[in-house]
Amino acid sequence: MTSQFGLSGPMARLIEELSRLPGIGPKSAQRLAYHLLRSPQEQSEALAQALLDMKAKSILCSVCQNITERDPCALCQDTTRDRSILCVVEEPLDLVALERARSYRGLYHVLHGVISPMDGVGPDQLKVRELLARLQDLPTGQAGGGVQEIIMATNPTLEGEATAMYLQRLIAPLGIRVTRLARGLPAGADLEYADEVTLARALENRQEVSS
Amino acid sequence: MTTSRLYRTEAIVLRHVRFGEADRLLTLFTPHYGKLRVVAKGVLRPTSRLAGHLEVFARSALLLARTRTFDIVTQAQTLESNAAIREDLQRTSSALYAAELLDRLSEERHENYPAYALFLSFLEWLSTVQEPELPVRYFEMQLLELSGYRPELYICLNCKRPLSEEANAFSGAAGGALCPQCALGDPEARTVSVATQKVLRLLQKGDLAQARRLRLTEPLTRELEQLMRLYLPHVTERDLRSTAFVDVVRATPPTGPAYRTGRLD
Repeated sequence: MTSQFGLSGPMARLIEELSRLPGIGPKSAQRLAYHLLRSPQEQSEALAQALLDMKAKSILCSVCQNITERDPCALCQDTTRDRSILCVVEEPLDLVALERARSYRGLYHVLHGVISPMDGVGPDQLKVRELLARLQDLPTGQAGGGVQEIIMATNPTLEGEATAMYLQRLIAPLGIRVTRLARGLPAGADLEYADEVTLARALENRQEVSS
Repeated sequence: MTTSRLYRTEAIVLRHVRFGEADRLLTLFTPHYGKLRVVAKGVLRPTSRLAGHLEVFARSALLLARTRTFDIVTQAQTLESNAAIREDLQRTSSALYAAELLDRLSEERHENYPAYALFLSFLEWLSTVQEPELPVRYFEMQLLELSGYRPELYICLNCKRPLSEEANAFSGAAGGALCPQCALGDPEARTVSVATQKVLRLLQKGDLAQARRLRLTEPLTRELEQLMRLYLPHVTERDLRSTAFVDVVRATPPTGPAYRTGRLD
């Protein structure tokens, strides 16, 4: 069988599989395939094994819904973390970004997406039910201590805001304080190019300059 | 050559999807180019100079560069952020529904200035109300009118006789009203009260000032919505996805105070 790249056999198959990946076009797929062909056998084996292990061993943490190897995940098991604060993020990579900031010591909940009505993604397609079950269980459950604050760390996009507002409506009856990440000017930004909503938020949340 | 590649337009962002590493593919609605799909480069990076001006429902002045595939946004300046919509869940869900309808009923690069003006006035009206139903119904009726899908409300579509002032019927499949006798032969036909018929005709007439003065009762509001949900799938050829979210939001009314913004302490 000859593929669209004028190749046949294993090379064509690899190129076809690689070009299914997001952001990888046919040219990049060909370049990657030839790179792998020329690289040592061990490198390809390690890549193949890593892919198989990733699929076989990755599960969702039953508590925070993050991707993990063991359940509950290391973050949920860490007794030094503050169990009274929960940070709700859209994707596992958002959790990684927040951890990189090293200023948050509470727990997380990963929604695995964001409400996107035009794409047919509603609350039922996200880990919303798991969040509510967790909030209702926590004060009495084995995890110990009740959640006192939930930080909505969804993206400041229309969908992220809608998701945060919707979750706030669900959580409000539980009497838990719900907060939202502040919005303002990012480091390295230029006032001249900032939009009016960002500028208004930056002014609202201004802070005293201390020496 | 370099200058002719660039063109200016005003636009409202209808939706965006992630595109590549840090880009977004935007669906815009413009006064003179109709619906446009363009790429905004690097808007997922925190220091992007474009991102804040290209949020959904923002009306912005844009400078675009023509390419062989999707045109590229090179400059953007907000004209109206429509923040009042984005900061309210009910308004957000209604505006998303209207945007989906506009997206579905529009062809790319087909100028439809009246539809642009209608969407603008809809967003402006929506920003000022607590109950979004009336602006949404007005938008639907007027968009149907502009798109050539005007439902018939004055004569029976079967026997062609003018409707008398009584409870008549409405059928999505037939494309509008049926008299009580003809409705018996249409399994999809629903009885419509005299009051609802009057409201539908008023919304169809397109007098915005008069429409804004309307006060709808809850049963009338629901009846109008149900009729449009019967009719619109025949026009758009499939169900509108965002109606589900409109229902979810309605079923989850706000109870406590809205969330607070603040620093971690």
